[in-house]
Amino acid sequence: MPARKRTSLALSNKQLLRLYEDMSMLRAFDEKVSERCIRGEIPGLIHLGVGEEAVAVGVNAALQPQDKMVSTHRAHSHFLARGADPKAFMAELYGKATGCCGGKAGSMHLADPEIGFLAANGVVGGGLPLAVGAALGQRILKGDWVTLCFFGDGANNNGAFHESLNLAAVWELPVVFLCENNGYGISQSIHKQQRVANVADRAPAYGIPAEIIDGNDVLEVYETVRRAVDKARSGGGPILIEAKTYRTTGHYVGDSESYRSKGEVAKWQAKDPIVRFEKVLRRKKLLSTALKVEIEARITALVEEATDFAMQSPAPDPAAALTHVYCEGGA
Amino acid sequence: MHEISYQQAIIEAMVEEMRRDEAVVLMGEDVGTFGGLTGTTVGIIEEFGDTRVLEMPISECGFVGASVGAALKGVRPIVELGLADVSLVAMDQLVNSAAKMNYFHDGVASASAVYRLWSGFRPSGGAQMSQSNEAMFAHVPGLKVVMPSTPRDVKGLLKAAIRDDNPVIFFEPKGCYALLGEVPEDDEVIPLGQAQVKCSGADVSVIATGVMVGKALTVAKKLAAEGIEVEVVDPRTLRPLDTETLVASACKTGRVVLAQEASQFCGYCAEIAALLADQAFDSLKAPIKRVGGAETPVPLSPRMEPLVVPGEAAIEAAIHSVLG
Repeated sequence: MPARKRTSLALSNKQLLRLYEDMSMLRAFDEKVSERCIRGEIPGLIHLGVGEEAVAVGVNAALQPQDKMVSTHRAHSHFLARGADPKAFMAELYGKATGCCGGKAGSMHLADPEIGFLAANGVVGGGLPLAVGAALGQRILKGDWVTLCFFGDGANNNGAFHESLNLAAVWELPVVFLCENNGYGISQSIHKQQRVANVADRAPAYGIPAEIIDGNDVLEVYETVRRAVDKARSGGGPILIEAKTYRTTGHYVGDSESYRSKGEVAKWQAKDPIVRFEKVLRRKKLLSTALKVEIEARITALVEEATDFAMQSPAPDPAAALTHVYCEGGA
Repeated sequence: MHEISYQQAIIEAMVEEMRRDEAVVLMGEDVGTFGGLTGTTVGIIEEFGDTRVLEMPISECGFVGASVGAALKGVRPIVELGLADVSLVAMDQLVNSAAKMNYFHDGVASASAVYRLWSGFRPSGGAQMSQSNEAMFAHVPGLKVVMPSTPRDVKGLLKAAIRDDNPVIFFEPKGCYALLGEVPEDDEVIPLGQAQVKCSGADVSVIATGVMVGKALTVAKKLAAEGIEVEVVDPRTLRPLDTETLVASACKTGRVVLAQEASQFCGYCAEIAALLADQAFDSLKAPIKRVGGAETPVPLSPRMEPLVVPGEAAIEAAIHSVLG
């Protein structure tokens, strides 16, 4: 792993506080989602990003507005970090008419072209070829976007992963493959699923450079992704970044988590990305207790507003289920 | 009008659409100077260069997914998958991604792309290079499915498919490739979802797809000499299906034979049979008969072919059966 350079990528104090607030917002949002899911208000299978917020926030801070993002089944934090409207997002999780996808997509199939969020994907590995395509589109249409492709460690044994890396490498596409390695594919530890220790070890086989980073360090995520995105934008081709992280809640809301020990979870909770970054900000004298309270109040209000909006929104007309199966346009 | 082959008509459609719209690109294996496994990309890279003719590695899941991602950004890919059998390698991206994008986006964005599949039987092609798997795709909401049977149809329908904003699975039966036919010189676009009565008759309707259309027409000509009037109807687009034309023909003749090259069980014609049972029941004078491939993989040996691949004799026998 190359030594980190901090200088040219330095963020302003305002931006640093924004990273903290964004991570805290993602955490509060997902905790609310979990609560409402357990209560039976939110239908369907819900995968939380609790513990992995530094990846989503660090990544998005490195992107430009025109950049595209492709996500996974664990998409909440990516979607919010990218700028999704919390109200329309929460309403989508509730399956309401005011949801960002009309209540048709839910947690796993989120999409919003307005913020460059191409697609989340319920099929593990299914998003990687789409990201390659978005990057290919940039080439064909002479656009100026870089595509950021999230995937999990569970996807790296899937053929789509290997095909996508190879295609991106052959065509030198502006795509950054960002692995959130949280150590588990549902209940299976990564060590039971592959012999190579790191997902990043796969990249050199395709002629793609790779870096391994601490996914619970938001600044390390930001700086590494920023360099990768800048390089991709200037024609430097694809790169793979493996962010080592951990989901401190289950695979889905309701997971018994029988496959891992409480000690293991506690070890990672001690590395909580938000708590760690709070310490950094306090050392820099950027975050006082009073400011923290102010931020938390702002977040609570935002999450409550989103939840109330979702609760009070009308259910979709059942007949809407039959719409937009096909696009009306064309010949 | 000029007379060209089915294969040449495909080339003309693609070249004309690529000239018309810069967003149209051609993707596939060996589609460059080699000219494509199907011989339908000859000369295209010479005119449009390698920025619009993208040669793919043998990586169908990867590049079909990439076509969906590119389509979401405004590219209009024509993806030549070569053998229809190979499309199964990319089934996840076709069914789980392409078909559902418009729905997930609630109408805001869709994956406009054409997937060209060279389908069906060819002599000694063997079990993995002879399948006609249109029913698998026609089953999927969000996909359109086309199977033209003549040079004129393939040109006009391919143009419509390229201009359509939905993912279109475009079946090109191998048995049709060498067919010659008159094709208009002008820009004829045949809308998707329109069946065509290929020959009119009063006694029995043969609703046939792909390569079976030509076989049905041969049988119709032969039986005309015996005083039996056969009407041959080609759905041309399998999804969305022009139910009106099919039902009208069934109501007119009251006797129906359905013919497809694919094996029969759960095949596309079963859908047509269900449609006619529902909407033409009172007009039917005899049970609907189906003609299709045997319930086996396609064997290699030419000696076994006649038993497995449906031919004119099977259509003729079915016609006599429904005429009683």
